[in-house]
Amino acid sequence: MKTKIPVFVLLVLFPLAMLWADQLFYVSFASRVMIYAIAATSLNLVLGYGGMISFGHAAFVGTGAYVGSILVAEGVTSAFIGWPAAIAVSALAAWIIGAISLRTRGVYFIMITLAFAQMMFYLVNSMKAYGGDEGLSLRQRPSLLFDLGNEVAFYYVVLFLLLLSIFLLYRLMRSRFGRVVVAIRENEARAEAVGFPVYRYKLVCFVIAGAGAGLAGALLASHGKYVNPNVLHWVQSGTLMIMVILGGVGHLWGGVLGAAVLLGLEHLISDYPIGWLASLAPNYQQHANLGVGLVMLAIVLFAPQGIAGLMERRKNASP
Amino acid sequence: MLRLERVSKRFGGVVATDGVSLEIAAGEVHALIGPNGAGKTTLVGLISGALASDGGAILFEDRTITAMKQHDRVRAGLARSYQITSIFRRLSVLDNVALAVQARSGSSFSFWRPLEKETRLFDEARSILEAINLQAKATTPAATLSHGEQRALEVGLALATQPKLVLLDEPMAGMGPQESRSMIELIERISAGVTVLLVEHDMDAVFRLADRISVMVDGRMIATDTPEKIRANPEVRRAYLGDEVPA
Repeated sequence: MKTKIPVFVLLVLFPLAMLWADQLFYVSFASRVMIYAIAATSLNLVLGYGGMISFGHAAFVGTGAYVGSILVAEGVTSAFIGWPAAIAVSALAAWIIGAISLRTRGVYFIMITLAFAQMMFYLVNSMKAYGGDEGLSLRQRPSLLFDLGNEVAFYYVVLFLLLLSIFLLYRLMRSRFGRVVVAIRENEARAEAVGFPVYRYKLVCFVIAGAGAGLAGALLASHGKYVNPNVLHWVQSGTLMIMVILGGVGHLWGGVLGAAVLLGLEHLISDYPIGWLASLAPNYQQHANLGVGLVMLAIVLFAPQGIAGLMERRKNASP
Repeated sequence: MLRLERVSKRFGGVVATDGVSLEIAAGEVHALIGPNGAGKTTLVGLISGALASDGGAILFEDRTITAMKQHDRVRAGLARSYQITSIFRRLSVLDNVALAVQARSGSSFSFWRPLEKETRLFDEARSILEAINLQAKATTPAATLSHGEQRALEVGLALATQPKLVLLDEPMAGMGPQESRSMIELIERISAGVTVLLVEHDMDAVFRLADRISVMVDGRMIATDTPEKIRANPEVRRAYLGDEVPA
């Protein structure tokens, strides 16, 4: 709690400071980070808390992004309609994909979720009416009661939705349902043997995560005023997994930390050249993923609980 | 209470359960013995619903449960413990038992209210810890318990579902004499209120606890009788008991 309040104050003041410094780019960048944080947090629910290694989470982000964008393109510009619709359709997609995928386990589950996501990737690629492989540009962001075209207003809306998502996850994991999800992760056979209909709980967990991803997708499309099929590509699913593992699997703030560190790192590497490195390898900035990969390697080897796990350990060590 | 009618199960070409019929009466402690690989654990799996049978029928309280899912059987009052300890290792001992209590008390599709507020649930879990003598270990992670304590928790998880019939799959597996004795006492105590199917290799325990004994060899049930008659049965002696039990 002691560290959380100053961080919260910082997040609230950040856009005002950037406004004053005329650096609106960073407000937009922070919004993007927070949107990815929502997506990674929703993946953390299935992956970290539920122990279901879904390699197709981008399918639900993408569904939300496309539903949100198509509605705007068709003239439905109210976010009060667009975002809930994106959440609902993504939840429905998660229900259908989950109902089939959750009959498998282990490697098969990883593969089948990946396969479904790739199917959807090719499906949107062929949607010629909505841009096909070129994607879909929007003339404007959807609006709430006010115009979301303003970067600062958009930032605060995303910040609110991120904190709401974290709070919902917090409550969820302390509820009866959350206890069952963790029990299934810890020992699925035993959870069934004490009388829990395991499959149903996993499916509901999967659907909730899909809904969260749908919200993130709608926000992502609103933010960039653009969506293309790559939002459903398996690389996107992999990026979300990396965020969760980096931040902390099964930690409340894992998705947030992972998104912030990964996107922050990418930005630093590609936008701030290091002289001596550039003289050694002139193109190194186009390979930001190499740097990210090295950080990932270090985390997996030395801090398997991710950044959140590291911070917790430090907190417990110091009185 | 429980009736099996020519239940069979194959794993590929191996017949693990070969047309087994068995009847367990309400209130009894029914022991199931047999050499390793006889198919005892498979039978426990079939009765509990973890495995699906290939043929035959299973009736519980005169209801056919052959196609019923495991969690529904648990709710109907049919719980099991495992030969190889299967607990929630990273959760506390109390949380382990509380989960089992939670499973049978109302719906767990509750997403908002914190579980800690349900004091009744934890009170019940504590009383079960008392019954299995683990109340002092309530807050320790289950993984750090001694082997004997883990075996007790294993049985406790089955008991917490409030079964009418409990299937105990080798509860004394790997236990020293001291631990075995307290497990025998525990089973004696619970058998006052619950019907027990006890799979066990420890013959002292079996002959001390069982009202009736069934003997399985190579997937077949070769005898079901009182302990005295099983002891005297030449076929059983040849197949299994050998020199272990003096006539």
